[in-house]
Amino acid sequence: MKKVFSRPKSLKKTPFHYCPGCGHSLLHRIIGEVIDEMNLQEKIIGVPPAGCAVLAYFYFDIDMGEASHGRGAALATGMKRALPDRIVFTYQGDGDIAAIGTAETIHAASRGENFTTIFVNNGVYGMTGGQMAPTTILGQTTTTSPGGRKERRDGFPINLSEMLAVAKGSAYIERTAVNTPANILKTKKAIAKAFRVQMEGYGFSLVEVLSPCPTNWKMDTVESCKWIDEVMTVHFPLGILKDITGDKKGAH
Amino acid sequence: MRGNHVVAEAAVRAGCRFYFGYPITPQNEIPEYMSERLSKLEGGVFIQAESEVASIHMVIGASMAGGRAMTSSSGPGISLKQEGISFLSALELPAVIVNMSRGGPGLGNIAPSQSDYFQATRGGGHGDYRNIVLAPNSCQELANLTFEAFDLADQYRTPVIILGDGMLGQMMEPVEFPVEIQTKKLPHKDWTLTGAKGRPSRFLRSLILDPFEEEEHNWKLMRKYEKITKEEVRWETSFAEDAKLMVVAFGIAARIAKGAIMRLREEGLKVGLIRPISLWPFPYKVIKEFTKKIKHFFVFEMNMGQMIEDVKLALEGNGEVHFYGRPGGIILTPLEISRVISSYYYQKKLG
Repeated sequence: MKKVFSRPKSLKKTPFHYCPGCGHSLLHRIIGEVIDEMNLQEKIIGVPPAGCAVLAYFYFDIDMGEASHGRGAALATGMKRALPDRIVFTYQGDGDIAAIGTAETIHAASRGENFTTIFVNNGVYGMTGGQMAPTTILGQTTTTSPGGRKERRDGFPINLSEMLAVAKGSAYIERTAVNTPANILKTKKAIAKAFRVQMEGYGFSLVEVLSPCPTNWKMDTVESCKWIDEVMTVHFPLGILKDITGDKKGAH
Repeated sequence: MRGNHVVAEAAVRAGCRFYFGYPITPQNEIPEYMSERLSKLEGGVFIQAESEVASIHMVIGASMAGGRAMTSSSGPGISLKQEGISFLSALELPAVIVNMSRGGPGLGNIAPSQSDYFQATRGGGHGDYRNIVLAPNSCQELANLTFEAFDLADQYRTPVIILGDGMLGQMMEPVEFPVEIQTKKLPHKDWTLTGAKGRPSRFLRSLILDPFEEEEHNWKLMRKYEKITKEEVRWETSFAEDAKLMVVAFGIAARIAKGAIMRLREEGLKVGLIRPISLWPFPYKVIKEFTKKIKHFFVFEMNMGQMIEDVKLALEGNGEVHFYGRPGGIILTPLEISRVISSYYYQKKLG
């Protein structure tokens, strides 16, 4: 019988620790599939963040070097400059990339550093227990925005990807989601495209992935996926924000 | 050559190909020199980072990739780098960090000071760790110790701090560089992240959630620190033979003290000098050994008294310590310090 579904070669045989319905496991699998399909397992190096995905090196069967909170882009800069012929990617959450690591990220993009960032946006600090993130939308309740995020008290959420698209050194920026089969496929294509952009030396590439966090959103999985479509995408619209490759068809 | 140029040139000759930094006085000549030098060198990388925090993490990235990497700064900038230095220690990554220190705390000033002694020798960042700290007192020694710093960092997989000050960074002296190192001939590192080609994948991490595993990691670091403490202590003594009073000073302060001691010797005062070159590991045993025949020690620092704590630890109560320090970026002349030593010498009826 033909085997039609199996674990990607670049994922270890370790069960994920992520909560049920969390987007990280899905995203890990998609990245694993892309690494396999592009035959990158022996030349790719990942930079996991501080946050829920900090243990990514237990799941990916590739070289990985952990960064401290927010410093992924700086670490990846040093690494990629030292090894220009390898593929380097950071895997970062919203607090990591859009709060404590904003400076590192914006400057890496502005310098046109030739690595890829997978930016997982679930609008909360997951690992620390659901505090307000820089991408928590107005009205969203978290443990540090009781009664919902209010602009007067908490400020507005940051649309980091849009900001990065303005940077002259960024080459490819796309926002996707992992809440439906169609969006999952689009995410996979976007990641593959981002890696290709890096391999061709265009500069900084980033895929922002809207990802469900049912545990901290206090929703079930189906509600979480619906919430991404109905609420989150209003503030963070999906689509290609920048593509300098001239590939008119885009990622899809 | 100017001290800041010396450390930069020595680093390149010692095989450093990756420099990341951020401007701060009095060490700006280091990034300036590196930008020119590394851009002309195959495989050389220079980045003027957006912050000290970013530059130390770029060092981490290049070090993970196996390169000899360096950053430099002064006081306030070194404070910002502490996060990364703690991570370098936890991840067991080699790196060289130069601190051409200045007057502090806060922004302080840009005059030479030794106020970062505690920060350098006690780890400086969070967690249980130590850095190897080397304190040169001349441009020639700065060149030699830069070579040693890269070797020590690789050998022990640990960050090494070169602790100078604004005076060392700015002063000009003739220098003879050690033989240039061929980067291709450096020992192979079997832990680097280069893509898992033809070998199992690797990872480097500092998060160890299991307290027993973290404890084991701490013991592992401690065994390494014990080995360094045994094997890497560096110091110099002068005029020690017949001394009745030993001055203890490091870096530029030791050089000034030496001038003072030469002056005092001319007057017949039996004063010697102990100059710790490695501030961590500190030459505790060397100083303790002196207590067998000498009871009076005079610590001179360009701060309010930091190394004096290590001197007291070394003496284990077997001697009297007098301290004279000038913080804030004040540079004493040998004449001034000789007067202070001399008055203490006669006060203690040593002559």
